[in-house]
Amino acid sequence: MPLLDVENLTVTLATSSGSAQAVRNLSFSLDEGEIIGIAGESGSGKTMTALSLMRLLPHKGFATGSIKFSGKDLLAQTNRAYRDIRGNQIAMIFQDPMTSLHPMIKIETQLTEHIRHHKKISQESAHLKALELLDTVKIPDPASALEAMPKQFSGGMRQRIAIAIALACDPKLLIADEPTTALDVTVQAGILRLLDQLRREKNLAVMVITHDLGVLSSLTDRIMIMYAGSEVESGLTSDLLKNPRHPYTKGLISALPTSSISGKKLLTIEGMPPELGQIPSGCAFHPRCAYAKTSCESQIPTSISISTKHRIFCPVNPLVSS
Amino acid sequence: MNELLKISNLSVEYHRNGRKLRAVAGVDLTLAPGEILGLVGESGCGKSSLGKAIVGIEKPAEGEIRFNGNLVKPLDRRGRPTELRNLQMIFQDPYGSINPRRKIGDQIADGLIVAGKPKNEALKISAELLEKVGLGASALDRYAHQFSGGQRQRIAIARALAASPTAIVADEPISALDTSSQAQVSNLLVSLVQEFGMGVIFISHDLSVVRKISDRIAVMYLGKIVEIGTTEQIWNQPSHPYTRALISAIPKADGNSNMPLDLPGDVPNPAFPPAGCRFHPRCPLVQVGCESSVPEIRTLKDGRGVACVLQTSNEIVVPLETIKGR
Repeated sequence: MPLLDVENLTVTLATSSGSAQAVRNLSFSLDEGEIIGIAGESGSGKTMTALSLMRLLPHKGFATGSIKFSGKDLLAQTNRAYRDIRGNQIAMIFQDPMTSLHPMIKIETQLTEHIRHHKKISQESAHLKALELLDTVKIPDPASALEAMPKQFSGGMRQRIAIAIALACDPKLLIADEPTTALDVTVQAGILRLLDQLRREKNLAVMVITHDLGVLSSLTDRIMIMYAGSEVESGLTSDLLKNPRHPYTKGLISALPTSSISGKKLLTIEGMPPELGQIPSGCAFHPRCAYAKTSCESQIPTSISISTKHRIFCPVNPLVSS
Repeated sequence: MNELLKISNLSVEYHRNGRKLRAVAGVDLTLAPGEILGLVGESGCGKSSLGKAIVGIEKPAEGEIRFNGNLVKPLDRRGRPTELRNLQMIFQDPYGSINPRRKIGDQIADGLIVAGKPKNEALKISAELLEKVGLGASALDRYAHQFSGGQRQRIAIARALAASPTAIVADEPISALDTSSQAQVSNLLVSLVQEFGMGVIFISHDLSVVRKISDRIAVMYLGKIVEIGTTEQIWNQPSHPYTRALISAIPKADGNSNMPLDLPGDVPNPAFPPAGCRFHPRCPLVQVGCESSVPEIRTLKDGRGVACVLQTSNEIVVPLETIKGR
C-alpha cells in the first residue's frame, strides 16, 4: 500500500468571477522513502495540490476526490482531527525562508512549539530534540543557534532551519514547495543533498514542487508534469527527462538554457498558460501545441501507458514521437 | 575608441552602524557596443551595487565610470545630464518598478516628455515601443495589475527603450519570472541588442541563462571580479576555483540523477571580508599564502583575466577532477 494515494483530486477555488478549478482529476501515489517531483509553470496547480494535502487551501477553496494517507482518507477528517496530522505526520517547507520563519521569535521557540504540542514532552526533552534537529540539518553550533533570531542567518541556513522545524515531529511525508528557488546555486546544492540524505536515513517520503527540471533530475525518483491543473505526463525521472513524450514536456526540456541548441536565443513554447477559470476545452494544451489536431479541441485526453510508470495524457504524440 | 562604458577601479561603500562595508572593492570593466556582458555571482557579492553605480544610482567611493567618454556622476535633484540619457537600467522586480496607479502609456511617455517631446508625440512613440516589445498599443491605457510578470518586464524594457539607450544595465531582469517568460524576455533583449547595437550588462545569479545570451562573462565574488573572459572560456574551461564551483553547482536536467556539487559555507559578510584572497576560506584548492596575499587579476595567454595564484599560465594547473573528487 502506498503511503499517499491521491485519486481524482479536484480543487475548486472561489475567484471574483465565480468558482474555478485549479486542479482537475489528478491521481498519483507516493511510497515511503520515495521522492516525487511535481513540475509545471505558475498556475499549473502544483501548489494547490500541495495545499490540499495540508488542508491549507485559500478561503472558500475545497477539494474533492480522495486523498488516502497511510490508509486514512484525509478529506473525510474533521478539522480538529486534521490538526494531529498537519505538521505532525505531514509537514511542509516553503519557497521563501526569509518569510516562513517568524522574524521576532527566537529559533528555539519556533523549533519546539509544535513538538511540545504534538508529542506532549517536557521542555528539557524538547530542547534536546531541537539541538539534535539542528545538528541533523548541519547548522554549525546548534546550542547558540537556538538562542539566535532568524535575521542572524543567511537564506540557506534559514531554509535548513525551516527543514528542521518540518522534521521536528518525525513526519512520514515532507512537502517542499520550491525549496531552493530563492537560494543561490551553491547553497541549493547543499539543500538538495540534505533532502536526499534525509530520505535515505529517515525513509522520509518527499514531494518536491518546482519549475526547475535540473533540481528534479538530481533529487527525484519520479516526476509528474502538470499543465492547467492536470497531469500531462509522469514517469521515472530518467525515462521522463531522457525520453519525454508529451509535447508540453518536450517543450519544457528544449526551453532549458542548458540545451545544446546553438545561438543566443532560447527556445520557447509559444503563448501563455491559461488563466484560472479560462481553461480551453478538450486538451488544455491544444492552443499552444505544435502537434494539435482538430479532435484535440474537444476530446479530453485519457492516460496512455508508455512503459512501467511512464504515462502521458495525449492521444496524438505516441504516433509522432521517436 | 570602441568602449561604450569604461569602469576603472570602482568601489562602492555603505556605512551601517558606524561600520564601513565595501560592497564593490575595485572593479575594472569595459563594455563594447552590441555586446552582452554577463555579470554573475552569489547574492551579496556586490553585483547589484556595481550595476547601480554604473548608471549613477549609487555614488562610487573610489574610481570612475565613463559612458562614451563622459564621466557618470551620481544622480541629483536636477536630473540626468543629457549626455547620460542613453544609459538606462532595468530592475529585477517588475511588480515594484512600475507605478500601479498610473497608466502604462503615461509612464513610458514620462521620459520622452522630460526630453522635450510634446505629449501626443510621446504617447505615439510609447505605442510603438510597446509594439516593439510585443505587447501592442492597447497596453497604453491599461494598468500594471492587468499584466503578468513577463509582460510587466516587457513594459519596463519599453520604458528603458524610450530614452533610445545605447547601453543598458539589466539587474536580474528575468529572475522573478516563470521559465517560459524568462526565455521570452531574454530573447527580446537579445533581439534588441541585435537590432540596435546596444551594449548590455546582464546581471544574474543564473549562470546557465547568462552563458546562453552573453558574449563575455564576469564572475564576481565579495566585491571583486575573480574571472572574466569569453562565454566559451568561462563555461567550457573555467579557471578560477570559484567559477568552477559555480558551474558544477548547477543541476543538470539530464535524467542521470547526479547531485550537483556543494560549495560549503556562505558568502562571508562583506563588512568583514577575509584577508588575502577573499575566496580562500571556501576554496577547495587553497594554498599556503592565500590567506595573506591578495591575488591581482592577471591576463592569461588566451586573453581571459583571472585573480588566483594558481593560474600562472594558460594551462589549468589543477585539473577539474580534483574538485569533483571532494
